[in-house]
Amino acid sequence: MIVFIIRRLVGAVLLLFVVSAVTFSIFFVVPRLAGATAEDLASRYVGKTADEQQVRQMADKLGFHDPLVVQYGRFAKGIVAGADYDYGPAAEHCPAPCFGYSFLTQAPVWPDLLDRLPVTASLAAGASAIWLLAGVATGVISALRRGSIFDRAAMGVALAGVSLPIFFTGLLALGIFSYTLGVTAPGSSYTALAEDPAQWAYDLILPWITIAFLYAAGYARLTSSGMLETMSEDFIRTARAKGLPERTVVLKHGLRATLTPIVTIFGLDVGLLLGGAILTESTFSLNGIGRYAILAIGANDLPKVMGVTMVAAFFIVLANLVVDILYAVVDPRVRLT
Amino acid sequence: MNRGEPAVKTRPAVTATATGAALAILLAACGGGTSTSGNGGGTATAGVAAFNAGVGSVFNPSDAKGGTLRLAHSGDFDSLDPADTYYAYSWNFIRLYGRSLVMFAPAPGAKGSTLVPDLAATLGVPSDNAKTWTYHLRPGVKFEDGTLITAKDVKYAVERSLDKTVFPDGPTYFNDFLDLQGYTSPYKDADPNKLGLKAIETPDDATIVFHLLKPFSGFDYFAQLPATIPVPAAKDTGANYKQHVVSSGPYKFDTNSIGKSFTLVRNDSWDVGTDPNRKALPDRIEVTLNVNADDIDNRLLSGDVDVAIEGTGLQPAAQGRVLGDPSLKKNADSAAIARLWYTSINPDVAPLDNIHCRKAVEYANDKVSYQNAYGGPAGGDIATNMMPPMIPGAQKFDVYPGGADNHGDVPKAKDELKQCGQPNGFSTTMSYRAERPREKAVAEGMQQALARVGIKLTLKGFPQSDYFKLYAGKPAYAKANNLGLMTNGWGADWPDGFGFLQQIVDSRVIRATGGNTNLSVKVPDVDKLLDQALLTTDLVAREQIWSQIDRTVMDNAVVLPGVWAKTLVYRPSNLTNVFVNDGFGMYDYLALGVKK
Amino acid sequence: MTGTEDMAGTARDRPEDFLTVRDLRVHFPTDDGLVRAVDGVSFRLQRGRTLGIVGESGSGKSVASLAVMGLHSGGPARISGEIWLDGEELVGASAERVRRLRGAKMAMIFQDPLSAMHPFYTVGAQIIEAYRIHNDVRRSVARAHAIDLLARVGIPEPASRVDDYPHQFSGGMRQRAMIAMALSCDPELLIADEPTTALDVTVQAQILDLIRELQAEFHSAVIIITHDLGVVAELADDVLVMYAGKPVEYGSATDLFDLPQHPYTWGLLGSMPRLDRDRSERLLPIPGTPPSLITVPPGCAFHPRCGHTDAVGTACREKVPELTEVAPEHRIACHLGAAQRERIWRTEIAPKL
Repeated sequence: MIVFIIRRLVGAVLLLFVVSAVTFSIFFVVPRLAGATAEDLASRYVGKTADEQQVRQMADKLGFHDPLVVQYGRFAKGIVAGADYDYGPAAEHCPAPCFGYSFLTQAPVWPDLLDRLPVTASLAAGASAIWLLAGVATGVISALRRGSIFDRAAMGVALAGVSLPIFFTGLLALGIFSYTLGVTAPGSSYTALAEDPAQWAYDLILPWITIAFLYAAGYARLTSSGMLETMSEDFIRTARAKGLPERTVVLKHGLRATLTPIVTIFGLDVGLLLGGAILTESTFSLNGIGRYAILAIGANDLPKVMGVTMVAAFFIVLANLVVDILYAVVDPRVRLT
Repeated sequence: MNRGEPAVKTRPAVTATATGAALAILLAACGGGTSTSGNGGGTATAGVAAFNAGVGSVFNPSDAKGGTLRLAHSGDFDSLDPADTYYAYSWNFIRLYGRSLVMFAPAPGAKGSTLVPDLAATLGVPSDNAKTWTYHLRPGVKFEDGTLITAKDVKYAVERSLDKTVFPDGPTYFNDFLDLQGYTSPYKDADPNKLGLKAIETPDDATIVFHLLKPFSGFDYFAQLPATIPVPAAKDTGANYKQHVVSSGPYKFDTNSIGKSFTLVRNDSWDVGTDPNRKALPDRIEVTLNVNADDIDNRLLSGDVDVAIEGTGLQPAAQGRVLGDPSLKKNADSAAIARLWYTSINPDVAPLDNIHCRKAVEYANDKVSYQNAYGGPAGGDIATNMMPPMIPGAQKFDVYPGGADNHGDVPKAKDELKQCGQPNGFSTTMSYRAERPREKAVAEGMQQALARVGIKLTLKGFPQSDYFKLYAGKPAYAKANNLGLMTNGWGADWPDGFGFLQQIVDSRVIRATGGNTNLSVKVPDVDKLLDQALLTTDLVAREQIWSQIDRTVMDNAVVLPGVWAKTLVYRPSNLTNVFVNDGFGMYDYLALGVKK
Repeated sequence: MTGTEDMAGTARDRPEDFLTVRDLRVHFPTDDGLVRAVDGVSFRLQRGRTLGIVGESGSGKSVASLAVMGLHSGGPARISGEIWLDGEELVGASAERVRRLRGAKMAMIFQDPLSAMHPFYTVGAQIIEAYRIHNDVRRSVARAHAIDLLARVGIPEPASRVDDYPHQFSGGMRQRAMIAMALSCDPELLIADEPTTALDVTVQAQILDLIRELQAEFHSAVIIITHDLGVVAELADDVLVMYAGKPVEYGSATDLFDLPQHPYTWGLLGSMPRLDRDRSERLLPIPGTPPSLITVPPGCAFHPRCGHTDAVGTACREKVPELTEVAPEHRIACHLGAAQRERIWRTEIAPKL
């Protein structure tokens, strides 16, 4: 098990470097291959009326004249060992892991990411808890009362959930609950968990539910079909034959077996979400990783994009690892080697 | 300057108005129910809400202090650093915490586009044939820490704004016009006080003298740039200064979380006795950044937010809602801005090198279709020439009338084609920015309109981030790829002929390496007129030259004007003292107050 | 054993009968029609005795046993008739009451122990769970009991294997564990549904031995459900042969093997491989396939596959035969006359077996 985890972590680090190299290539190598010069790249980061000399100076400052390998090496070295940046009056040291300074805001990326991570993590934590509970509970009930009004209603709502985009449901929810009824917080509300847990939950409840609405649908369907299959298994009949109360049969024996594929998907979903819930964060104006990413991409702010990509990749790799381990925990037939 | 809308996708709204701006008191002609006294300004409407009540007059006038003014921004703030900011809203807002030498008058109507002294006691005094400009500072103006502001603080502020590697996004007027003599940056200055720039002299603490490379009659417009807001050298942290800007205005920073939000509170060191322009009504000002644009609109309508700080108007969704509901519409203002959406006609591409073929395009153009592409009358008025009417001295004229219904004059166009030697029409390519559905609609409308006279257009979309750098704005590329027509757009840095025209009609700003905004105007007469205007210190005479330039460009048929843009802005009932400032083309943030 | 007529009235129950099933019917409404999975089955069983229920798949033998266990309740099944367990009627009893009996007073062993045991819980945990649900004891006590049970069913090193998962057991060991689980609460009625079908032949014998030993030890009543007459011959005291949800022959194992009366039973015997006969003789499979339980053939459900209907005439196709006593404690449901059966058995069937 330990060997397995170590090997996977090493693989994760290698993967992150591959990811960084690919991201780097997309922003630097590909434009170069397409014929863009160092000045062409730098011209994005100078003012609107900059002259050629200013563009050249900016290209120098950003190191666009160096060979690509050197540029990538500098980036990679920054992550491992930190880097120094010219800030005007004085040079500033950016400690490892240094994802560089934003081309546009001159702010180091890593503190930005650390600053935004709690928002995204809060969003992911609350939303995933809600959708897991709601989705699984709905799925279980639907499966046990198959064809009932509850089942049909739940599956109808679930269909709506997966079909409606978050920017629609989110804005609708804000319009109704925050601006008309005034029962939930308006957009861009966020309070740190450590500061005031109640306020934290109050501020985030609407985005949580909005995300959960989207995801819960899938989990409900997955759980429902899984439960239908599981409940016809022989071991369920055995459990009943032992005289277990139906509750125990369903929750301990039925759900346990159904959860295995759900755990897998749940892990990956949470991992993806930790890399930034772009639509939700944009809709609710939350300054998380996703919103940071979308602004950075729009602005062609390479260091930020790289930083976000690495963080997102890290979470996905981590989620995969956790899922694999969880899988072994959930299903004893699985061996980690 | 900007070429209309952002290279930055995430702040489309911002850039739409970006720098330019002057509120059009448009509709002076159509009435619109509001009186726009051309130069009086300062009329006030009582608290009866009505559509356009905030245009040309003060709505809900008030002197009541107190309360919190809440603003929201759909992206990151341009920059809080006076050296690195280049958006109209930011220049509007910065006056709350910074005082430049000169400023646009915080007044409704056309008065808002006039300059008044701020940190300086009077407007600039030209000498040496407008190559030298002198300002005297008001006595007793202090930084937030109580130290007196001197001319040296202003000089240092301008010096640091010259360093475009640290402050790449600010305007470059001082770089271009000051007699720098090789000076690059105070950060590389050998002078121990970092005041080595010879182009600016500070003979005493209250006097600052600017020496220009060449005469420039409109230097007061430079003196209103945020770059002249004083910066104490000891507190300058370069690119980090935006996190801790030292206030010289009525408000100072209380909190500042870059990329998220900041708040301003009253600056106790500000003395109203030194400042005739600022009312400073709210006790506190909160700005939330990165708020979803549609969410901002919802909150404006529900009263949870007072101002959409970018001033670019409501999003299409809310726009429809507001215009369709009289109870909401009475709280809205339709503001014309100093922005022109147009098409450049490229004289490098045959047969458009023949003026008659260009004129054929002008006549065949369907002006109504062009306007519809920008959302009909709500999106702006049909433009018949270049300068938006609200720019002082602008004249409206129509060299190529579009027939009785404004859908184009087909017989005239055919006649021009004959004179061009292309009686059956010709083929060329029209470019547009692929991410912009409106420009695509323009191109499609143009394709249909020109087909009526046999001119066949091939439409070609380009990524907007490289539209000017690599494609339409690179002369060699445009010529080689037969880009005869190129959609374009432009907003002025300030409502003035120079601010609007210079970057889009001066042939000498065209660079072979690309990145041009002037895609088609290479008329020697225009260049001559520009030079003449820079020398003309008499305002009226100068304004006549701007209009003459406009007419010359139109006569050469190298620009096909489309729409003078308008925006729909909303004022929640919570706001007091609301009016659109022509200098910025949005509500004047200096004047706003709130009901507590 | 007494005849059906006796079983019509409860007053005449024999006190020594531990389990009495009377006119049990289990019907499932489906979209295609009513499935009469069990249609009028009666039997009785005493402690220490073993009843074999035999039939092809779909004959209703498993459904009947599940009905005894109350495992159809809550589902769509319609159950009627009476099930008396130790003086307590179960069909009309509350589901909760039946649940409390399940696993405690009556237990069941299933066919395929790999699928019948939960793959995610250890064998021990599953036995402990079964024990603790009916006995209020601490976990450690239950665990000791589980180890003890595993030992009793012949699992080596039970103290360590108790923590193994089902997939870590061999097929035979799994079935032993399954039996241990069933026995955890000393059930007085044990139902074994095809307990050896999924196992190797050698292991089959061991498991049957085990069941027999345990039955002797616990003195419980055992129902063994199988399609394999060999298993029945090995274990059963009485045999109930079912076809299409109905009983067709019911008698003591001795009678049934020595002098089977029903053509279907003959078919089953004919298709049973026997080690005591010459291999050159062929098996005689019953022609055709079991009928659909939705559209059961009219008359005797077996008549389309029966080779002796000619001797009777139209009755086989028109009239459902009653289960009647043809010898003491031996009943069959067939229109053939006694003489005809006797003749066919002697001349056609017996010589070939």
